[in-house]
Amino acid sequence: MIALEGVVRRYGERLALDGVSARVDAGQTMVVFGPNGAGKTTLLRVLAGLLRPHAGSANVLGASLPDEAWKLRGKVGYVAHEPLLYRDLTPRENLRFHARLHSVADSHIDEVLAAVGMAERADDPLPELSRGMVQRVAAARAVLHDPPLLLLDEPWAGLDPGAVELLDPVIGRASGKTRVVVTHDVPAGQAEADLTLGLKAGRLAPMEELYR
Amino acid sequence: MIAAAAAILRKDLTVELRTRESVPAMVLFSITVFVLFHFGLDRDTLEGDLATGVIWVTLLLATVLGVNRLYVAERDQGGFTALRLAPVDLTALWLAKAAALFLYLAALELVALPAFDLLLLGPGLDGALPELLPILLLANLGLAAVGALISALAIETRARELIVSLLLLPLVVPVVIAAARATEPLLAAGQSPDDLAKWLGFLALYDVVFVLVSVAVFDYLLDD
Repeated sequence: MIALEGVVRRYGERLALDGVSARVDAGQTMVVFGPNGAGKTTLLRVLAGLLRPHAGSANVLGASLPDEAWKLRGKVGYVAHEPLLYRDLTPRENLRFHARLHSVADSHIDEVLAAVGMAERADDPLPELSRGMVQRVAAARAVLHDPPLLLLDEPWAGLDPGAVELLDPVIGRASGKTRVVVTHDVPAGQAEADLTLGLKAGRLAPMEELYR
Repeated sequence: MIAAAAAILRKDLTVELRTRESVPAMVLFSITVFVLFHFGLDRDTLEGDLATGVIWVTLLLATVLGVNRLYVAERDQGGFTALRLAPVDLTALWLAKAAALFLYLAALELVALPAFDLLLLGPGLDGALPELLPILLLANLGLAAVGALISALAIETRARELIVSLLLLPLVVPVVIAAARATEPLLAAGQSPDDLAKWLGFLALYDVVFVLVSVAVFDYLLDD
């Protein structure tokens, strides 16, 4: 499902990813750990087809990156640092917009909103929602089109324990989807990982060296 | 692509109706400029080439205000990322933004032209409307096509507003020349618009060229 071999990504002269290799099979969860600036978000953006790898080989869902990045469109659910939601639209309007982009029936919107516990606040302005509520809507947006691969950047940030439990069948381990999760919460991350990847300064590093 | 463009346009119009960030700014700017000309030139009425110049330069500078804001929500609120993850041709984004700008310009002119008529125009616009409408339509189309392209080029730069002005204004000089030449006889007493068809044809050709250029290159602008 995901096969990376010696992936390199630069920003100008700076190496953000330096020879990263990994393999994730269908249904597995890979959790990525690393200090700030380690290249975790860059890795997710490469896997999503949003950033080109400058060297190495990357194959995601059968698409060889960067040439076939277009094949990934509509197959990835991405929860980023930012919620990727428009502030001036309500949660329902945001999801309706994304439903149209992904050719998803409007009737599915209510199901997804209910699944993340936001049915009752679906028509409230986004700025009136708490950080955790916005994160729940972001999760709903990410899974609205039922993608086979979830790329999750700190997905539990701002969520209370009840919300984490509520979202487990949506973006958590119980979703059964293939997932790549970036988190700083090492115990929680290790608890749901089938495999782990440690990154430090763009390179693979053993867990015990990550936060020294 | 049309369905995706319609979804983006609908979203943009909803946001604009709710926030009123672009069109009111464009309208207020235009009216302010007309008032400044009214007092600056110390004249109650203008006609001919002077009236034409004031109208088109004002509309063009008001367009710049709209162009500067076209993609701000996509950049600041993750719209670019979300669209690149969706199974849509990114040209739909250009199409939607050009359509939105076209509608903003139409709304601007609905208010700005009567205001100009009231503040500065001697002979009046009423009799000129049948000829003026196709000029506005084709000029707006050209401004919208180029504006949506240039705004996307500039949006990720720090000096976005400067870049838009530096790139957009030279590119739309042909639109201003053609629109002004076509409009001038309409605003001058006793002149008939002999060359109207020629200038409308020029505007139509400009529109076709820049629509085709935009469709050809837009996808690459948003690539990593």
